[in-house]
Amino acid sequence: MIPEIGQFSLILAFSLSIILGTLPLLGAHQNNYLWMSLARPLSAGVFVFLGISIAILAYAFITDDFSVQFVAQHSNSLLPDRYKLTAVWGGHEGSFLLWTFMLSGWMLAVAIFTKSMPLEFVARVLGVLGFLISAYILFMLATSNPFDRIVPLPPADGADLNSALQDFGFIIHPPTLYMGYVGFSVVFAFAMAALLSGKMDAAWARWCRPWANVSWGILTLGIALGSWWAYYELGWGGWWAWDPVENPPLITWLFGTALIHSLAATEKRGVFKAWTILLAILAFAGSLLGTFITRSGLLTSVHAFASDPSRGFFILAILGVAVGGSLLLFAFRAPLMKSEFGFDLISREILLLANNVILVVAAASVFLGTLFPMVYQALTDDLISIGPPYFNAIFIPLMALLVVLLAIGPYCRWKRTSLSFLLQQLSKVALASVAIGIVLPLIITLQISIAATIAVTLAAWIVLSMLQDFLGKTSNKASRVQGLKALSLSYYGMQTAHFGMAVMLIGVALTSSYSSEKSVLLSAGQSVELGDYVFQFEGTAPVNGPNYVGDEASFLVSKSGKQLSTLKPQRRIYLATGTPSTEMAIDAGFLRDLFITLGEQKEGNSWSMTIYVKPFVRWVWLGAIFMALGSFLAAADKRYRRLRRRQTEPARAKVKSESLGGELQPSS
Amino acid sequence: MKPHRRKKLGIILFIAAGLSIAIGFTAFALKQNINMFYTPTQVAEGEVGAGQHFRIGGMVKMGTVVGDQGSLKVNFVTTDFVSDVPIQYEGILPDLFREGQGIVAEGEMDTAGVFQASRVLAKHDENFMSPEVKAALDASGASAENHSPMANNK
Repeated sequence: MIPEIGQFSLILAFSLSIILGTLPLLGAHQNNYLWMSLARPLSAGVFVFLGISIAILAYAFITDDFSVQFVAQHSNSLLPDRYKLTAVWGGHEGSFLLWTFMLSGWMLAVAIFTKSMPLEFVARVLGVLGFLISAYILFMLATSNPFDRIVPLPPADGADLNSALQDFGFIIHPPTLYMGYVGFSVVFAFAMAALLSGKMDAAWARWCRPWANVSWGILTLGIALGSWWAYYELGWGGWWAWDPVENPPLITWLFGTALIHSLAATEKRGVFKAWTILLAILAFAGSLLGTFITRSGLLTSVHAFASDPSRGFFILAILGVAVGGSLLLFAFRAPLMKSEFGFDLISREILLLANNVILVVAAASVFLGTLFPMVYQALTDDLISIGPPYFNAIFIPLMALLVVLLAIGPYCRWKRTSLSFLLQQLSKVALASVAIGIVLPLIITLQISIAATIAVTLAAWIVLSMLQDFLGKTSNKASRVQGLKALSLSYYGMQTAHFGMAVMLIGVALTSSYSSEKSVLLSAGQSVELGDYVFQFEGTAPVNGPNYVGDEASFLVSKSGKQLSTLKPQRRIYLATGTPSTEMAIDAGFLRDLFITLGEQKEGNSWSMTIYVKPFVRWVWLGAIFMALGSFLAAADKRYRRLRRRQTEPARAKVKSESLGGELQPSS
Repeated sequence: MKPHRRKKLGIILFIAAGLSIAIGFTAFALKQNINMFYTPTQVAEGEVGAGQHFRIGGMVKMGTVVGDQGSLKVNFVTTDFVSDVPIQYEGILPDLFREGQGIVAEGEMDTAGVFQASRVLAKHDENFMSPEVKAALDASGASAENHSPMANNK
């Protein structure tokens, strides 16, 4: 009975979202106050009923209700409780419910935190979101209902959650990634509201920016978590594989990165308006594309859900209607968006434009490499795959170019900057960066690597120019501390995120250049050397988990005679499915990771294993954390809140916003 | 032409130039990095050029997996139930690699007619067959259900 309540609640959410997707939009069109004012309560209603629905699904998992097909397929009575709970997103149906629920959460947040915006605008934003949610719920009810029952004979026990998913990474990666993904639906809805009303001004960009920044930050974290999880769980020592399912989040991220930069120009200078809207549509399309690829069964991957063509068609239809419709609307309305073009060849606008061109080209090339095999197959019936070398060949030079410009951007003034000013500011920084880039890798590793030199040079270029900018910005103040206090949070946000880029760059380049690995066969008592480290194999012992059995090996790791740590990789067999699984052991460090994956037992009690030394690999994710932090700082800038407070006093609002509009011009 | 128009044109040309350079490089990189996929039958019929790096997919033939006890070398035979291709791989096989299951291997043929794999991918899910393996079986006219020993395993 209880799962039926979940189903009923889902249907109620659908009904409400249908009304939300139509009446407020019509109301905004016809200026019907009553219909527009329905948007907020309806959003809350959709959120509540989707919440009940997902809570009931979680309850079915916790109580081992195997009469629910989705539970029977993704859980088992032996599964630990934390995985029972998170198995909600362990398969297609439940993860889509989570996705939709999260979108309704964003929608509720929009309903709550937009008190200062005109009702007409809020009604349109919530209406577009309601429309999307109604399509998603319809998709669930029609093709992938998580509450479907197995009648009349439910299985005695469930098939168990895929063993690769029984891990901490599974608890946090999917929700974070989804949260970031669907956040771009909010930005998309803002863009649609602007197109529908035909009004898009600096105020629009100001409303939009915190949402875009927060979504982008969460998406950054979500991707980084996925990379970190793949690194320690999949056991091949990689943190990015250019897998067709990893790529859509990256495409979304690249469009999103372009978007948050172009929004800055739109807000401050009123330029690139139509372009900004287009980027919002593209970032959203990227998120839908990711859904389509993982859920249509087009691809083989760790992420692919079991295939069902009808689902693929349905998502393709949603993708077509949402993206096609919005692009059509864009085509009609974009000419109305008059952008200013008052800037010179060397100006912040041009640098932001270059940033956008590079990021969009990068996104397009990743898109091409991801979809090309599918298109090729459809046209010629031949199967092909595109390897990582393609992506590396394109992506790395583009990112290098991006980083060169990234450091110059903050020095440029809006409208016009003189070349001599830039040269005077940055020539010393450039020389120092090159010097550091050449010397530093040599001192640390005594090896020459062109990739490492370039990467360290670029990272130094970001960091040094940032330091100099801080010095320059605080030099006129009474004291440095005072100067630092006077800088805005959004400035700190930008610099933090850029610093994250430098950290990630170091991580990516050094771990790619200096990693080493060795596959060996060892018996107990034998040891192997890799780099400066000695790994001594002590033997294995049996282990028993709640739903698996296996062997645990023990290794003593030492460096120049000094013992560092004990590593205990495992090889498990999951009981319900009989699937083997390797649990690698990692000794994580700020400057290097050591890790071991256990293979299989051979004759004479010897084991096959692969040992890795990966310098600076943590910096990849550390960089992502800085980027996310930067975006949250920027979103928390008091500028956005101050405007809100002022605009809550309607009588003064008009005057104030106008004067603020003027104020925005000279501020950097 | 008005100054702001000229500027607009300049920007459009700037974007167009950037895009066309990018497309050129992309097409070149794409051409360099395509891995063709072949079925064991296609390999047996000699469709693969000498020294070509490619992917092969099929089922791991029952009873053919031989691990060298003194090293990490593994030999096995992949089949689409029409033709067989021997594969050699050095390293640790994926968790889900088993006899009678579908795999995709990447590498090249050596002079002795053995496929030297640099990478072996196994399917991730009990109920899911890689589209490539499925295509290989469909092409050979063999359906997975008739030949798959999965039913026996369970």
